Amino acid sequence: MARKITYQQAINEALDQEMTRDESVILMGLDIVGGTGSPGEMDAWGGVLGVTKGLYGKHGDRVMDAPISESSYIGAAVGAAACGMRPVAELMFVDFLGVCLDQIYNQAGKFKYMFGGKAETPVVIRAMYGAGFRAAAQHSQSLYSIFTHLPGLKVVLPSSPYDAKGLLIQSIRDNDPVIFLEHKMLYTMEGEVPEEPYTIPFGEANIVREGDDVTIVAFGRMVGLAAEVADKLAKEGISCDVIDPRTTSPLDEESILESIENTGRLVVVDESNPRCSMASDISELAVTKAFSSLKAGVQTVTAPHTPVPFSPALEDIYIPTPDKIEAAVRAVLK
Amino acid sequence: MSELSKEQLLDAYRMMRTIRDFEVRVHDEFAKGGIPGFVHLYAGQEASATGICMHLNDQDRIASTHRGHGHCIAKGVDVIEMMAEIYGKETGSCKGKGGSMHIADLDKGMLGANGIVGGGPPLICGVGLTHKMRKTDGVGIAFFGDGASNQGTTLESMNLATVWNLPCIFVVENNGYAEATSSEWSVSCDNYADRAAGFGMPGSNCDGHDFFAVYETAKEAIARARSGGGPSFIEVKTNRYYGHFEGDAQTYRADKEVEKVKAERDCLDMFRKKVTDANLLEHSDLDQIDKEIAALIDESVKQAEAANEPSAENLLTDVYVSY
Repeated sequence: MARKITYQQAINEALDQEMTRDESVILMGLDIVGGTGSPGEMDAWGGVLGVTKGLYGKHGDRVMDAPISESSYIGAAVGAAACGMRPVAELMFVDFLGVCLDQIYNQAGKFKYMFGGKAETPVVIRAMYGAGFRAAAQHSQSLYSIFTHLPGLKVVLPSSPYDAKGLLIQSIRDNDPVIFLEHKMLYTMEGEVPEEPYTIPFGEANIVREGDDVTIVAFGRMVGLAAEVADKLAKEGISCDVIDPRTTSPLDEESILESIENTGRLVVVDESNPRCSMASDISELAVTKAFSSLKAGVQTVTAPHTPVPFSPALEDIYIPTPDKIEAAVRAVLK
Repeated sequence: MSELSKEQLLDAYRMMRTIRDFEVRVHDEFAKGGIPGFVHLYAGQEASATGICMHLNDQDRIASTHRGHGHCIAKGVDVIEMMAEIYGKETGSCKGKGGSMHIADLDKGMLGANGIVGGGPPLICGVGLTHKMRKTDGVGIAFFGDGASNQGTTLESMNLATVWNLPCIFVVENNGYAEATSSEWSVSCDNYADRAAGFGMPGSNCDGHDFFAVYETAKEAIARARSGGGPSFIEVKTNRYYGHFEGDAQTYRADKEVEKVKAERDCLDMFRKKVTDANLLEHSDLDQIDKEIAALIDESVKQAEAANEPSAENLLTDVYVSY
């Protein structure tokens, strides 16, 4: 397992391998090929940040550009899934959810239940999320708690290249609608990734660091920051259990509760806005199911309840930082 | 008319009669208080679903609307199970978990009635895409009303179907009212075919009270889609006999509007007159069907009333993630 590739390459490789394995896997999205119908070259972009580059060359018409009309092509992916295909539709930025949410939550998410179990909807919706790219209020949000709130959707937040590949292959093979969210600041992150296809099961947290003093539950890009803080504090003799749930739905409640029962102290790190967030959700979990184990009030580290600002000076203080995480850990230890 | 066999003509009448009797009975039972929730009835529009679905097989798929009972029946969904579903019973098409607005049977190619106005057309692009990728000659039919004709989802899907050259047919059943708002006022064009032209697809319209007019119009569009000729748009001009939902007093309609349509343009009466005048069927053939369907609908209500309520454990099953 010596080979290192980026998070972005891991996603590309997962798509490529699954398309090769299964003819029913098809891709659609805005400029995921790039150049369709234009006088110049095809596969000009391979996705707005190049994540799907090269797949058109290998898989031809199974990689489809769509007009900028998300309701229609996300809905087409849902409809095709209900007919037995395994579409992977790219929503480019998760912020564009507002123009196609109905097809995701009222259609895909509810088919199986509304139809009395008689429908499978194996669709994957890929989208990038997260702040730090100076992309401002409509291209930077972390909206995973919205999807997590809705019954019928599985929500995946890979935090490393290894997880990105294994979780995406799992998403494609899963028979239910999956929202697969890629943090745009992680695309260039390098890590060891096996060449062969592999899956990582949903609902099984990754214990990124083991420790007995404080439990830190972190999501997506925040996992790396939490691990950095844990490594720093370990030198002072403070040991942190850093838990990456990997999927917010299903959620591995058991691993989180087990850790809280051991440490008695909880910090939740969530890049999204604080109200009705994963931070509040995990805090509620601790309070309702592990209250007697808690030795201190729960601390949350989140963005403020504002849109994502553009100015780098403001965006840098919007995003949770290692300093803020460290302060929260120290606070629960007081 | 002459190209249809006697069997096919009997089938068409049986389908329309089943839809009519089903809807009239749901209307009556709802008024008595036996049916929970919302119901939106298709009575008056039977020739539309029938004239189109007569061309389809199980690999062809349709998406429907909140006014979906007629589409379900025309696509072959079991009537006994449908009635049980509307009563919210365990034996229903969806185990009582969907109700009137969400009846589906994917094995029959019925992708679901849909509670969201304009929810179906994007799904039908997915049906068309599946047939195209798998190189079958199957088609997808999006049924929607004049209300949904103004939804972005519908217009986006028409564009996508043309851009991807999909075997899809967009059928607007223009019954004159989006809920209580007239389509004369809410639809920006005088003629839907003009709108279709703007999306690069052939558009046509037909008299939705005349089964044969719908059948012929659909035949051409479906044949074009099956042979790789891409999407089409059909406006079926029709009328609904009941309100938007049951309980709607319909004070927005003209005096005697519905009575006039019933007396002069009822699709079942028109069909009966045409086929008997042309000596294609006997009145007795049709009377026999009337009798059979009356018994079937009686039986469906009897069974629905007697069926069990879903047991409590059904609340938590058939959802993708359980907690």
